[in-house]
Amino acid sequence: MVPDHTIMSEEEVSALLSRYNITTEQLPKIFHDDPAVKTIGANVDDVIRIVRKSHTAGRAEAYRLVIKRPKK
Amino acid sequence: MPSPKRIGQIEFGLLSPKEIREMSVRKIIWADTYDDDGFPYPQGLMDLNLGVIDPGLRCKTCDQKASECPGHFGHIELAKPVIHVGYTRLIRKLLRVTCRSCGRVLLSPDEIEKVVGTEDDQTGELLSEKDVKKERICPHCGDQQLKINFEKPTTFSEVMVEEGKKVEHKLTPADIRARMEKIPNEDLIPLGINPDVARPEWTILTVLPVPPVTMRPSIILENGQRSEDDLTHKLVDIIRINQRFKENQDAGAPQLIIEDLWELLQYHVTTYLDNEVAGCPPARHRSGRPLKTLSQRLKGKDGRFRGSLSGKRVNFSSRTVISPDPNLSVSQVGVPRAVANEMTIPVRVTTHNIEELKQIVRNGPLRPDVNAPCGANYVIRPDNRRLRLADGNLDTVADLIEPGYTVERQLRDGDVVLFNRQPSLHRMSIMAHRVKVMEGRTFRLNPAVCPPYNADFDGDEMNMHVPQTEEARAEATILLSVHENILSPRFGGPIIGGIHDHVSGIFMLTHGTRWFTKEEALYLLRYARVEHMPPPGKVDDGIQYWSNKQIFSMILPDQLNMVFHASSCQNCDTCKKEMCERDAYVRIIDGILESGTIDKKAIGAFDGQIVNRIIRHYSMRRAADFIDDLTKISIRAIMFDGFSFGIDDEDLSKTEYGQIDEVLKSAASDVTRRIKIYEDGQLEPMPGRTVEETLEMQIMQVLGKARDQTGQIAGRHLGLGNSAVVMAVSGARGSMLNLTQMAGCIGQQSVRGERIVRGYDDRTLPHFRKGDRGSDAHGFIAHSYKGGLNPTEFFFHAIGGREGLVDTAVRTSQSGYLQRRMINALQDLKVAYDGTVRSTGGRIIQFQYGEDSTDPTKSAFGDPVDVKGIVESILKEEV
Repeated sequence: MVPDHTIMSEEEVSALLSRYNITTEQLPKIFHDDPAVKTIGANVDDVIRIVRKSHTAGRAEAYRLVIKRPKK
Repeated sequence: MPSPKRIGQIEFGLLSPKEIREMSVRKIIWADTYDDDGFPYPQGLMDLNLGVIDPGLRCKTCDQKASECPGHFGHIELAKPVIHVGYTRLIRKLLRVTCRSCGRVLLSPDEIEKVVGTEDDQTGELLSEKDVKKERICPHCGDQQLKINFEKPTTFSEVMVEEGKKVEHKLTPADIRARMEKIPNEDLIPLGINPDVARPEWTILTVLPVPPVTMRPSIILENGQRSEDDLTHKLVDIIRINQRFKENQDAGAPQLIIEDLWELLQYHVTTYLDNEVAGCPPARHRSGRPLKTLSQRLKGKDGRFRGSLSGKRVNFSSRTVISPDPNLSVSQVGVPRAVANEMTIPVRVTTHNIEELKQIVRNGPLRPDVNAPCGANYVIRPDNRRLRLADGNLDTVADLIEPGYTVERQLRDGDVVLFNRQPSLHRMSIMAHRVKVMEGRTFRLNPAVCPPYNADFDGDEMNMHVPQTEEARAEATILLSVHENILSPRFGGPIIGGIHDHVSGIFMLTHGTRWFTKEEALYLLRYARVEHMPPPGKVDDGIQYWSNKQIFSMILPDQLNMVFHASSCQNCDTCKKEMCERDAYVRIIDGILESGTIDKKAIGAFDGQIVNRIIRHYSMRRAADFIDDLTKISIRAIMFDGFSFGIDDEDLSKTEYGQIDEVLKSAASDVTRRIKIYEDGQLEPMPGRTVEETLEMQIMQVLGKARDQTGQIAGRHLGLGNSAVVMAVSGARGSMLNLTQMAGCIGQQSVRGERIVRGYDDRTLPHFRKGDRGSDAHGFIAHSYKGGLNPTEFFFHAIGGREGLVDTAVRTSQSGYLQRRMINALQDLKVAYDGTVRSTGGRIIQFQYGEDSTDPTKSAFGDPVDVKGIVESILKEEV
């Protein structure tokens, strides 16, 4: 049920950032206490690759930056 | 252009009394506004230091004229502090969590850390009232705390226990302010307050800012009387009470009077800030209308945010009722002459158009009839002076014109305008049309463009906007015109197509085989863009005949090849293809309709297979032309035979009525038999259901089947000669179920998918026995709409009908709100050149648009290429 989450290596991250010509700030975010993040043991500032099944494309990749959950 | 700046942070704080006095240009002490000469009182509410609204006067603060002075704040020194209603919640919280003697938060540092989190990891929450137990002892000074009662709108009191009885002791705003002052800065941070910008005692007003006159202008009525703004009225009240309060205070009035005045002042300040506070009677105008004070100016649909900032009114727009005109093209709009005379397009005078524009100016502002050339309403000189054109000055102004002038020309045929119907739920709600000036008072549009606007002609109104610049007109023609919007991005199919009579008409024309003489054929094709007749299909006795399919084929593009099943297809197990007795197998070879009936599936809005194929293989413009031809030919076709429906179209013969009675009787006896089985305890429950549920399901099933049978009996009698059947089969309107209910039997009424069970004890109506489970007693209607319902049936029908009404009402409001939230969340996103979806800040929302980078309007129902369609059009066979 839960799509595949993996931590990306530093090289992968820099390749990703240069591919889209962005900084990590412009990536979508995910909270550090998200269950999927906790399971793979990712830390704040890691980038996570999420591979999920897509109705339109069959397989879709997304990338998210782990951030601290802000104070309410 | 300056580079865009990123907002780092926004700080919210309170105005301190010091700041209020600093920004004030004048202390206001007089409640009066103007003296007898109409001159503002010094130190009154309309003091000239606060800004000017009367033309001619100059502001005493900034020495500018009325139009330039932005206005300046003044202030009122309140005799005693009063509570600001907007902060009563905060005041209550602060009173409850801090100590009444030392002012510290009623929690030890450890307890605070538990809630807020440690110094470096403040991931916890802010302190709230719930974190502090009532009536505890202060951990800092050991003082016993009291319960704080809050009574809306602005009364606070402490509950003391004296001689075993609970006594409420009222806290004055001055008491509260004293307590607030005692709270140390460090203790405010865990409460979510930044003490640098918002000290809590500033929530209790000691000085009141007086807004500049520019935001509360007085208006002069026709009789020369001044009428003041609601805010001014309220400020007058405040100052008057404040002065009286001061006088009483200085005279040493008894405590009771002081308290009364204090409360009155509190009331006036409260209603000045918010006139809709719970538990507080709204302040009223002399006429009885509640005053519109500060909060009311901002709040709600017509408030500053939703009414003035997010929503604006525009010029160059008009609105009127719409009505249909099938003789217009889909890309046209009929504009009443009165509207066309009023609305203008600015045209710059150049050496190339000067003669034409001079003539337009000479034509003047009144256009006598729709065929007359357009005139002009204004001429703008190079120095931006506007000259109004009237009967007297036409020739003078026309001679004046030279390059550099601008002529505001009236609308004429062929101008591009934007046409819109609210609610504007998708992009097809605003499309560009070409003007056609017409007599009458309504906007006219081709009924084929009703689906994208979701319009009908029961009194709907629509708006028209006239683009004023060349860029706007270019954008309108290229992006917004009707033929660019035939395909809906919602489902990738054509949203514009034949509706209602178009579908019935084209069905009647193309169904089976009919022959038309030359005269008849030309009558049908008169308004279509057809130049040459094909050779006649047959010649009988020397008379030439053209077939119905030939006539339809003439509006198809040459070379069009497609094969599909019409709406009237019954999905037989083995398709008989060309031999189909319903003529539902549509085959178009090289632009000739070889077999099949054209109906909703072929040309209807939302379906329109032929329209879709023309768009893919030819162009949007060709599809628009096809729709134009189609609407004209189908209206002619329906008029050729005539099409009507009356009460006697639902008549059946005696045999059918007998059969229907038979079916209903046997169904009723079947139901009684099953109830008998149930009552005897013999009924075998279905898996996972109780016996009662099983019985209910069986009854529903039996009655449903009975209704369908009556429908079949009625359907057998009513053939394609019946208008309702034509409409249902062609997909134009209605279904066979509607016909069943009109001619056969209405059937079971239900609430939430079950038979009707509510009402009295053990029965739905007093007309039935208690515990009756029969079909009649629970909402089965055995009669038809034609035959008429008996009283109990009528009642049940109303019950079932109400549910449908409630459902639609709830659905529209819910989906409307959902839509609003979606639009607000998505409005500024765009697809970047690298295929990512990004926000305005360059943040990535989606790494590939739709995850497959496919535009739904350009894909074939989800696939990038319509392989089946291409193969079919080459092989000219169904695949």
